[in-house]
Amino acid sequence: MHIFINGNLRQLASENVTISVLVVTLNLTGKRLAIEKNGEIVPRSQFDIVTLHDGDKLEIVGAVGGG
Amino acid sequence: MNDELIIAGKAYQSRLLVGTGKYKDFAETRAAIDASGAQIVTVAIRRTNIGQHADEPSLLDSLPPEEFTYLPNTAGCYSADDAVRTLRLARELLDGHKLVKLEVLGDPKTLYPNVIETIAAAKTLVKDGFDVMVYTSDDPIIAKQLEDIGCCAVMPLASLIGSGMGILNPWNLQIIIENAKVPVLVDAGVGTASDASIAMELGCAGILMNTAIAGAQNPVLMASAMRKAVEAGRDAFLAGRMSKKLYSASPSSPAAGLITG
Repeated sequence: MHIFINGNLRQLASENVTISVLVVTLNLTGKRLAIEKNGEIVPRSQFDIVTLHDGDKLEIVGAVGGG
Repeated sequence: MNDELIIAGKAYQSRLLVGTGKYKDFAETRAAIDASGAQIVTVAIRRTNIGQHADEPSLLDSLPPEEFTYLPNTAGCYSADDAVRTLRLARELLDGHKLVKLEVLGDPKTLYPNVIETIAAAKTLVKDGFDVMVYTSDDPIIAKQLEDIGCCAVMPLASLIGSGMGILNPWNLQIIIENAKVPVLVDAGVGTASDASIAMELGCAGILMNTAIAGAQNPVLMASAMRKAVEAGRDAFLAGRMSKKLYSASPSSPAAGLITG
């Protein structure tokens, strides 16, 4: 299936992947980040529960330097 | 003397707040922030770099949350909706952190704030439980409205973001400070140490700056200069300056006992 991550189209090998699995797949384990799925924030406590579906739009953000 | 800056119920010893952008690397960021003595540091919220650099150090690693209070900002947002969305993500990112810097820009060339969108965002954020430090123009009426909405600090510009032009309208800042019951901090426009002192002498509760330090030839030394300037300006404000007069009929040295003849 295809999902959008930070505006870029990305193919995932399997269906019904959880956010937790995606985080591992993207090499982001242990990183401090926040995730929005289709405009709604997914709390970290729900990463194991929330699954992804074809066409989902994800925003994955972190903190960077800024004034 | 116990002279703390109180923001949203929390006390800070430093009245200098600093940004974390535009530094050469995280080591320089950290060194400059240490030299500034700042306890509150702004951070921006951006899309994570997916893929290649999994082991890349992050900003938050060099500025641990046990040592600093983060102030996530909405830099780059041009609408109330984008600003609110960004800060909700920031709250999730930082484990429910409530203290935020709201700025909604109106123009990419000048980075002048859009106060109409700022007011709309401030209302939503305050209702949503955020402690909002708000960047705004130096319009005293808007500053008062933002305070009335429930912002915990009002932060007018001294001059445009990143311009280093200094305090362009001290009179407006003075009116804003006089009218306010929440801390007023100058945010943006400070270029060098004397600008910071002038703002503090006007009675500002603090100053937020980034480019003035990061854009200096020697950022760490400038950070130290800014710390001293903010402290000096604050002390001068508290001490109460002498009145200005065109000339003085009372010299500093005694008029009697002069050696003559």
